Amino acid sequence: MEFEAIVHRCFRCGYCKFTEDYQDFNCPSYAKFGLDTYAAGGRMWLINAWLNNEIKTSEHYAEILYSCVTCGNCEKHCVFTFRDDLLNIFEAAKAELVSEGLIPPPVRDYFKAIKVNGNPYKEPQDERGKWAEGTDIQLYSDQEYLFYVGDVGSYDERGKKMAKSVGRLLTEAGLSIGILGNEEKSDGNDVKALGEKWLFEQLAKDNIDIFKKKGVKKIITLDPHAFNAFAQEYPKLGGNFEVWHYTQILSMLIREKKIPPLSAYKVKVTYHDPCYLGRHNGVYSAPRGVLKGIPGIEVIEMNRNRENAFCCGGGGGNFFTDILGVGEESPSRIRVREALDTGAEVLAVACPLCAKMLDDAVKAEGVEERITVRDVADIIITAM
Amino acid sequence: MSDIYKSLVEIAGEGHVSTQTEELYFYARDPGLMPTHKPDYVVAPKTTEEVQKIVKLANKEKIPIVPMGAGMALTGLIIPLKGGIVIDMKRMRKIVGVNEKARHAIVEGGTSQGALKAYLERNYPNLRHSIPDAPPTVTIAANVAIHGQGRLAQQYGFNSDMVSGLEVVLPTGELCKIGSCSMSPDWFSKGPTLPDLSGLFLGWLGTTGIITKLGLKLYPKKRMRDVEIFVTDREDLVPDILFNLTHTEMVEDINIWFQAKPIMFTGNHHITLYITGDRDEELEFKRKMVWDSLKEFRDRKDGGFMWVLPAMKPTFLDMPQKSITTFADVKKGGGFEYSGPIVLIEKYPMLARNLEEVANKYKLAYSGMARVIGRGHAMMFAIAFTFNRADPDMMQRVKKAGHEGITFAFDHGGIPWKPTVEEQKMAMERMDPNTLKLMKMVKENLDPNGIMNPGNWEVN
Repeated sequence: MEFEAIVHRCFRCGYCKFTEDYQDFNCPSYAKFGLDTYAAGGRMWLINAWLNNEIKTSEHYAEILYSCVTCGNCEKHCVFTFRDDLLNIFEAAKAELVSEGLIPPPVRDYFKAIKVNGNPYKEPQDERGKWAEGTDIQLYSDQEYLFYVGDVGSYDERGKKMAKSVGRLLTEAGLSIGILGNEEKSDGNDVKALGEKWLFEQLAKDNIDIFKKKGVKKIITLDPHAFNAFAQEYPKLGGNFEVWHYTQILSMLIREKKIPPLSAYKVKVTYHDPCYLGRHNGVYSAPRGVLKGIPGIEVIEMNRNRENAFCCGGGGGNFFTDILGVGEESPSRIRVREALDTGAEVLAVACPLCAKMLDDAVKAEGVEERITVRDVADIIITAM
Repeated sequence: MSDIYKSLVEIAGEGHVSTQTEELYFYARDPGLMPTHKPDYVVAPKTTEEVQKIVKLANKEKIPIVPMGAGMALTGLIIPLKGGIVIDMKRMRKIVGVNEKARHAIVEGGTSQGALKAYLERNYPNLRHSIPDAPPTVTIAANVAIHGQGRLAQQYGFNSDMVSGLEVVLPTGELCKIGSCSMSPDWFSKGPTLPDLSGLFLGWLGTTGIITKLGLKLYPKKRMRDVEIFVTDREDLVPDILFNLTHTEMVEDINIWFQAKPIMFTGNHHITLYITGDRDEELEFKRKMVWDSLKEFRDRKDGGFMWVLPAMKPTFLDMPQKSITTFADVKKGGGFEYSGPIVLIEKYPMLARNLEEVANKYKLAYSGMARVIGRGHAMMFAIAFTFNRADPDMMQRVKKAGHEGITFAFDHGGIPWKPTVEEQKMAMERMDPNTLKLMKMVKENLDPNGIMNPGNWEVN
């Protein structure tokens, strides 16, 4: 297995479970189950045991590996020099399960759907661009930016709403954008996180080819997962593009006054950092800057924020595979309770996966009257 | 599916109980070198009531139970030597309350040291607790159950001395309150002026009950904190240096460390001491008193204060000190074993020499570290070796070296801290027979079925 030479070096000390200030455990799967095997140290020791033939692969072993949401908290807070490879190790261990065909059924179904249908929803490819019908957003020809919305933005109702809001703002600000519509494909970020390296590379190469053929130089993503794939992974495969997340562009448009003056919107907002935007790519200020630029809005931070933010539980493919499952201790419900503690009326998000996860959690907690999950673009539109 | 498993699931919920190979593998060991032994069940309860139900079930069925915090004692204390149920306490981590004026906190039995530190920093910035340098995951309850020490040990003694009340599930399942909380809503005393029953649980390594809640004394937190390091190449002078330092009553924590590498540290004994103050004047006054207390050694050129570079300070001021944990990977192998006998300070020179000799004999990287407890009443002397988990030969050498180190400490009047089963046996062989008899009486009366962490403190 790749990285096997360093797996035995984990001391299982547990620094990786925490936030920087140790206020609480910050590993979503550990928060859910409370058993050490579900934290990074547990995974390291189990992978090492598997490498040493002390344990065999099993459904439960696979479940433990696949319950990791790749939020990256462990990499940020591990105290050892091999910290940067923790997620690579977990990915490599999952890749071994993939090659042995011992993956949990929902993971298998996710891969199959992407391979056969091109998206995890098993929806027809020719409906991928439907979300943009009735909008002014054009198909990409030679615009300055490709607006890439991804699987969730293309097929999920919550995601489509978000894609429309962002698309509307970008278009109204006069930005030159275009979408791939039915030619868009999965970015592959979560496919990679789930250990299907081959499928990821196929998707990435296809996307890179399409982008290059169309002359794409700059990309705006709706989804931080796609942002991560394009910014961090595609360059390794020859795909070098200028990649932006939509909140970075909105921040720029507000700064340059290309978005009309906003009216007062008196509301208390707390912002949830998506892991693939924040911890994985260090984008913390842009979305906060957008929110703070809206008159009347009071932005209140949750105790766990920025590089210490608690994941909604939807990363690493869990949005689709739901290995973590539901219940009071599911990460999204914990996060909603944390948002409520701030007194905020709006839980602002910048990721379609987070939007859906947290929306569902608000309903499960029965607190729809107290807090609403809204994406950053939608909040701006309210203030227009 | 066994009835026991079903019962545990009914108590704690399905996701929090396991009999799966993976959990049994993980909970069969700690990061140290003790032999492994698998539990039959692992359960992570959320409430005191759940703990009570589990204990009652275990007592009825005569199944061993092992309460567990973070499992970082490194001496195998949470290894279920006779199988049974490992109770992982870390889901019980509520900070129940803080009495600011009376300076104490009440926390659940699985609350981590790190979480209390963060909570106090956020809500009570004038208060602190005696945080150990173990990783922040270690639980407060487990730390007092093994008589741990922390940053305030020099001023106030063992962390178990700072307990101000206990709630314990007895081995028969009854819930028992110890100290002022047994007759009052307030948790300000673990014993006095009542009969002090806390001794039935503190230091017993989880063999007499499960701490589900505890009161912990808090102390003033000064606004400023600084570090000084006095270096001497004469280990024989360390006891006198410590005597002078503790006499000042100006120092927070005193640690002594020595190591062979890097080469600039070789042969030196570094006495790291911390001073605190609310204002510059206070801090500088304490610094002056500390410097003056060691004037005779400086004048004789037997030692001097090291210039602590600003870039080095955060490492020393860190609480807990992360660099202690990273010692585990010095050999790129994730292993770290240490015993920490409690000894008189005057024994430091011979223990330091012995550690070096043993390390050389077994060709091991060592870290000598000691912490002053009380005003020089005793010290914890860590016999610590790092090892490569992928090198069985090195692991064997560490075991042998550790055994020789602890034997030497016992031979020179030391007593064990967080002892391995083997060290417990060695200690009991040296104990007064009537002391042993009393321990046996206590244990048999509290735990008639012998279910609590069996194999530990087992008087035969």
